[in-house]
Amino acid sequence: MSTVSCIECAAEITLAENTEVGEIIVCPDCGVDLEVTALEPATIQLAPMEQEDWGE
Amino acid sequence: MQPRLKIGVLYSRVRVEEKWIFGAMEKRGIDYDRLDDRAIHFDLNNPTPWQGYDAVLERSISYNSGLYALRLLNAFGVPTVNTAEVAEICGDKLMTSAALARDGIPQPHNATAFTPEAALEAIEAFGYPVVLKPVVGSWGRLLAKINDRDAAEAVLEHKATLGSVQHSVFYIQEYIEKPGRDIRAIVIGEKVLTAMYRKSEHWITNTARGGEGVLCPITLEIEDLCLRAAKSVGGGVLAVDLVEHPERGLIVNEINHTMEFHTMQPLSGIDIAGEIVNHVVSVASKEYVG
Repeated sequence: MSTVSCIECAAEITLAENTEVGEIIVCPDCGVDLEVTALEPATIQLAPMEQEDWGE
Repeated sequence: MQPRLKIGVLYSRVRVEEKWIFGAMEKRGIDYDRLDDRAIHFDLNNPTPWQGYDAVLERSISYNSGLYALRLLNAFGVPTVNTAEVAEICGDKLMTSAALARDGIPQPHNATAFTPEAALEAIEAFGYPVVLKPVVGSWGRLLAKINDRDAAEAVLEHKATLGSVQHSVFYIQEYIEKPGRDIRAIVIGEKVLTAMYRKSEHWITNTARGGEGVLCPITLEIEDLCLRAAKSVGGGVLAVDLVEHPERGLIVNEINHTMEFHTMQPLSGIDIAGEIVNHVVSVASKEYVG
């Protein structure tokens, strides 16, 4: 099971088994949105901020 | 033997919907590529790499990226779900209203103006309260309920001063006293797949804003209205949002072309992601002509 360290607050986050690259996870400690950028080894970055034209 | 289909899925973020779609692709043994819209580029002198796709499913979060990608793909002759034309209409509330008005489909009373002064005049003619909406935008973002002239003047000035050029297209809509809910229906091709009520104490009932989903039976009236609305905007994979108007009954509020269904799929028990993939395959294999 992969773990990453939150960029914002350094909390240790365990990724779920079915995590995909490009998925957004929320840090359970500080609540920041993080994007999974790679698996094996797992890497994350701060997720992009919501833009005005985002939606469904 | 028919050659194996090649599908592209254009996306920005892997939300739960994309995970379900990827899963449905894999379950069916479909040869597909994941196309992150932040990483791709289009060389207009060399469309060949894109023409290898029998169809592309567009799931971008960014309306602009999705729309321009669809325009290019359609220009290259690549079938897409949905088409650029559908995205153009559904992604812009004013374009949607124009299509619905053209086809006589019931919708809220809307008006549009291009200056704050003309917008104020239109608002005064409506009477208060009214709703101001950006023509492009989603998730209930930047909607404003205007209760009096003071609020109208302030919001119009803010939009004209602080907003992008697009915010100076003032889209004004009657405020509807709905029964604490609206209805979202999923339409794929010629079928209304499922529908749910979105309940909220807030006047914005969007589930992205905390609205709660409850299954809604698909009556003949809902089915007919949704199919007519979907056809009016060009058809495909769509979410039709309906409102129960206290005097006029069911009317079409908006139509989404890259809908989220994380609430509807578990609620309805219907494999919406699988149905979307089936539709994409029928478009890719030229069985479905919208």
